[in-house]
Amino acid sequence: MRWINRSFLIAGGLAGVLAVTLAAGVRQGLLALLGIGFGAVLQAARFGFTTGWRDYIERRDPQGLWAQMLLMVLAAALTLPLIAGSGGELVGAVAPLTISLVLGAFLFGAAMQLADGCGSGTLYKAGSGSPLSFVVLPTFAFGSFLGASHQPAWVELGGLPAVDLLAFGWPTALALTTIACGAVAWWAGRGIRKTAPASATPASATSPASVAEQILRAGTASFVPASSPARPTRWARRWWLGALLLAVLYLLHLVVAGQPWGIVYGMGVWGAEAMAALGWDPSGDAFWGAAPHAQRLVEPILADVTSVTNIGLIYGAIAASRWRGAASFSLPSSRRFAAAALAGLVMGYSARMAFGCNVGAYLGGIASASLHGWVWFALAFAGSIVGVRIRRSISAQEASA
Amino acid sequence: MNKTTLFRAGMALFWLLALGLLMVDTATSSSVRVEPPPIAFGSGMAASGGHCSGR
Repeated sequence: MRWINRSFLIAGGLAGVLAVTLAAGVRQGLLALLGIGFGAVLQAARFGFTTGWRDYIERRDPQGLWAQMLLMVLAAALTLPLIAGSGGELVGAVAPLTISLVLGAFLFGAAMQLADGCGSGTLYKAGSGSPLSFVVLPTFAFGSFLGASHQPAWVELGGLPAVDLLAFGWPTALALTTIACGAVAWWAGRGIRKTAPASATPASATSPASVAEQILRAGTASFVPASSPARPTRWARRWWLGALLLAVLYLLHLVVAGQPWGIVYGMGVWGAEAMAALGWDPSGDAFWGAAPHAQRLVEPILADVTSVTNIGLIYGAIAASRWRGAASFSLPSSRRFAAAALAGLVMGYSARMAFGCNVGAYLGGIASASLHGWVWFALAFAGSIVGVRIRRSISAQEASA
Repeated sequence: MNKTTLFRAGMALFWLLALGLLMVDTATSSSVRVEPPPIAFGSGMAASGGHCSGR
């Protein structure tokens, strides 16, 4: 009976791609197909940006970070020469180093640990039936809409201009990106050897002073008392294979769309469309009333690059999660639901302050050799340390209740 | 009906509603849109914009 189920899933995907092609054109159909690929790989490999960071923060398990760095290097190696030689047909994710980037990335990093998923994680987990991500999705979309609307005001707070390493030529940009990713991978590996013996987290570890101290000590890779130190003997196949496949999909997406893979922009478009349907007028809005965003709201959602990839991603995750039969889940507590819904709102808003989420700013920024991707990574990782602490605190309160 | 079944039904309803709204949005969109070339690379056209990075 399993083959019937799988046939339906494949047929459903192909029918969806065909419908998008007929409604919005061949390019959008191809992007829907690539979105399905992204969703299937993320779900099948359980390639979570959030989980990878949490694994390291809590257990010093560096496998997720290694996979992310591999993905960055591969994506940069595959796309930087093309962007450099495309004459403007292909563009990277380049953004300025603003105060809003610093604040937004930190907030996003903290919130994504509470919501148990970043931008891509929320989509693929919602598709695969995770109740928590399902609740996060609408608040994320509303937050993204609101954050985009306020983005011009945040950017006006000031900062530094964008630093695009491609200005030095793609070989230099690629070499610098590779060295930096290698350094992070080495740092993460060093964390294994430096791990202290297993010990229970002291109660004081959740105090603000303790958290601040841990963030300050982050550079030494000994910033969180690991609850159960990881001693991985090998790099799990799902991580490196997921990185390889995502890098290929990232390349194809750039070649087809002309811009890097993104998530949050599309969710903001959904929020804006919903608000417009409720009577909101985007014409006077500093962000949604300006080009090219105003045009995105006039056109159907399926004409938006990021939206159509997101929709494909959700279906891909649905298909991958049901490939071996019906997915099972358990319902979290109402306290976790409420925390996740609020975290989704913060994530959506802060992602627009920070020019994207793990995909649009972290992966896209670093693979495009833009310095803002590295700033995003540093601040979001520091935020994640705080987020993991709050998450532990909620779990401890639930256990004692 | 237990909580899990209720939640599962709610999820199914949400996705059906989302699909329905997407179909309505596509069907009622009146603007004339020039379809871009199937592949941006080699098309001679700049990217359309609308990305998280603020483009």
